[in-house]
Amino acid sequence: MSGWTGKLLRVDLSSGTHRIEDIRTDWLKQYIGGRGLAARYLYEEMDPRADPLGPENKLIFATGPLTGTPTPCGSRYMVVTKGALTNAITTSNSGGHWGPELKFAGYDMVILEGRAPKPSYLLVYDDRVELRDAATLWGKGVWKTEDGLREQLGIPNLRVSCIGQAGENLVRFACIMNDKHRAAGRSGVGAVMGSKNLKAIAVRGTGGVQIADPPAFMDALWKLRNAMSASESRQDLSELGTAPTIDFTNSFGGLPTRNFESGQFEGYENLNGNAIKDTRLVANKACFACDIACGRVCRLGDSADKFMVNTHPRNWRTAGEGPEYESAWALGADTGVSDLDAVLKANWLCNDLGMDPISMGATLAAAMELYQRGVIGDEDVEMPLNFGSAEALVRMTEATAYREGFGDVMAEGSKRMGDKLEHPEVFMGSKGQEFPAYDPRGFQGMGVAYATCNRGACHLRAWTPGVETSEMSPHTTEGKSEWVVHEQDRTTAHDNTGVCLFTSMAAGPLETLVPCTAAATGIDYTLDEFIKIGERTWNLERLWNLKAGFTAADDTLPKRLLEEGHADGPAAGVTVDLQAMLPVYYRERNWSPEGIPSQQKLLELGLASLQ
Amino acid sequence: MTKSLKIVPDKCTGCMQCELACSWVQTGTFAPSQSMIRVNVFDEEASFAPYTCVQCDEAWCMNACPVNAITIDPQSGAKVVLEPLCIGCHLCTIACPFGAIYTLPQSGKAGKCDLCGGEPACQKACPTDAIEFKELQDSDEWFGPWADRVDHRYREAED
Repeated sequence: MSGWTGKLLRVDLSSGTHRIEDIRTDWLKQYIGGRGLAARYLYEEMDPRADPLGPENKLIFATGPLTGTPTPCGSRYMVVTKGALTNAITTSNSGGHWGPELKFAGYDMVILEGRAPKPSYLLVYDDRVELRDAATLWGKGVWKTEDGLREQLGIPNLRVSCIGQAGENLVRFACIMNDKHRAAGRSGVGAVMGSKNLKAIAVRGTGGVQIADPPAFMDALWKLRNAMSASESRQDLSELGTAPTIDFTNSFGGLPTRNFESGQFEGYENLNGNAIKDTRLVANKACFACDIACGRVCRLGDSADKFMVNTHPRNWRTAGEGPEYESAWALGADTGVSDLDAVLKANWLCNDLGMDPISMGATLAAAMELYQRGVIGDEDVEMPLNFGSAEALVRMTEATAYREGFGDVMAEGSKRMGDKLEHPEVFMGSKGQEFPAYDPRGFQGMGVAYATCNRGACHLRAWTPGVETSEMSPHTTEGKSEWVVHEQDRTTAHDNTGVCLFTSMAAGPLETLVPCTAAATGIDYTLDEFIKIGERTWNLERLWNLKAGFTAADDTLPKRLLEEGHADGPAAGVTVDLQAMLPVYYRERNWSPEGIPSQQKLLELGLASLQ
Repeated sequence: MTKSLKIVPDKCTGCMQCELACSWVQTGTFAPSQSMIRVNVFDEEASFAPYTCVQCDEAWCMNACPVNAITIDPQSGAKVVLEPLCIGCHLCTIACPFGAIYTLPQSGKAGKCDLCGGEPACQKACPTDAIEFKELQDSDEWFGPWADRVDHRYREAED
């Protein structure tokens, strides 16, 4: 088979057995791979009402047909499961080198079932598959786990995807980390892995990815790579990474600050792309086959001794990755911290302990608001949780991963924390997941994008600020729902191929990936089919969520965004008019006013039998 | 003097496009494990160094071969392995001071960079121009300045 390997590895963690299966070819064609294919398997095999941290939940790692090829940024794999944070289907994407290595070992997907009786890790070396004892790794951070596995196994090129202490301790927003600094970050996929007693999946593959039509593939590949090479946005991403977005969102009043109290942060210049480049950057780092290299490797130098925590992952004077825009915002502006060293240190802690910095920062921001309002008193916490406290940021990040003191409450995420303390209004997110770094009052479109996203609030399914500030007006609702539907379908198809979303940002739209996928797989995909596949996947995820118990009432936003505007700044007084946008979204999707896909739509997408 | 591949490690981002391109030429699949150029990662230094045959003037792999299976390609000047002659004795892999000639797992025979007959695919594939294909005037030009600096940094860290 070309593009795909056509094989999946199914591991029953409870019994320690595995088998290699052929992937259904009709599903490969209908979903391309990655996110869609894994969602189809999850829909088929699992009861969506199951406990996400119970053995009935399944954990799927899935690549796409372009993963492991030189298609720029063809490095991605998706973790698909029921999210520990959200109880919804989650599709968490990561780059690095692990996904391609899985393809080289001969598999498109790994499906993990059950729960291992004791801490274990999975070794996949081509067709050698073993579930092994992880006693010596349990309790270790991500960086030591990866180094430890390489040492123990004596395989220098081993690629490791693993959880840190946060995943072991079932922190609701724990990530799965690979290649030390790359994360399948959101919705608590790491907690699901931890609940299965699985510390790591170590992979080494010596095979290759076959291409169905080499001349056509090379032609499409070089068109794409040349476009990327010439692109200005690619050059900007290479030079400064994603952090310059801080200047952009701040200028429109869309940079959520101090738990969405304001849309502008006075300390933004300490955290932006230039600040990182000028003071802390060591090198740019690429994922597999990436022509951009947006990864920032930084060094703390003498500042390493500031903001001490109890357990240092390793010598802080050496280099580590981060921050990027989202983590600089969550750990910075949202908590009011403008000290780059503190943000960097908290970011590294998140990487090593295996936690999502977005939810971590946002949960701390919510706790800081409660502290400011006196709901959390000094007797509840080990240190004052004032907005802007760099000490609190670094220490509480550590305490959350280990569930120490008040960190135990924060480890449940800001939704559960707010509910427990009887102040649900501090939760800034949707479907249980904290918002990323765009305030929908600055960019209306993000409101409908967040409210309707299948995996809870997310900026990677439909990113509206670009178009809202160029072709539309950021504060009006007109055209926003239509655009969000259009983007959701396209990014979903893009995700399914196994290529990073930044490829479309840096080299042009989805169109460029169609000929690459067609030539790699030998299937004559067209752009229309791609968009249809995106739509099919989106509707399938929606059906899954409906079966899990979600309703239209969950397609909503916190009251703060719907009723309270910023006091000042470019978006002063603006609230999110979701009431106007949501019905248009449902109509555009051909869903009922209750948010249920119509029979006609399901028939059109070939999903009618799934209802 | 023949042209060879000069590596500029400071430009390398560790993306592996060179390994993909090389393996494609060698095997017709994208399989980095089969590549004749390999990116070494120095994690804690955030440093990456692609590494391949420097096409030594005095090639020890060639001198070591007992059956004269390594020869100079007249077109590119590269030292190349004549696969039908190779007996898989591994002497060349021991002789190479740079570890840049390998035993191929499939055939058990030797494999090394042949400069793709004069148009190296890795050099074309590199997105950051970290691989140059040129005549080197001085052997120090190859890795010299970078190696000096990194070595210095490591010594500093040890102190």
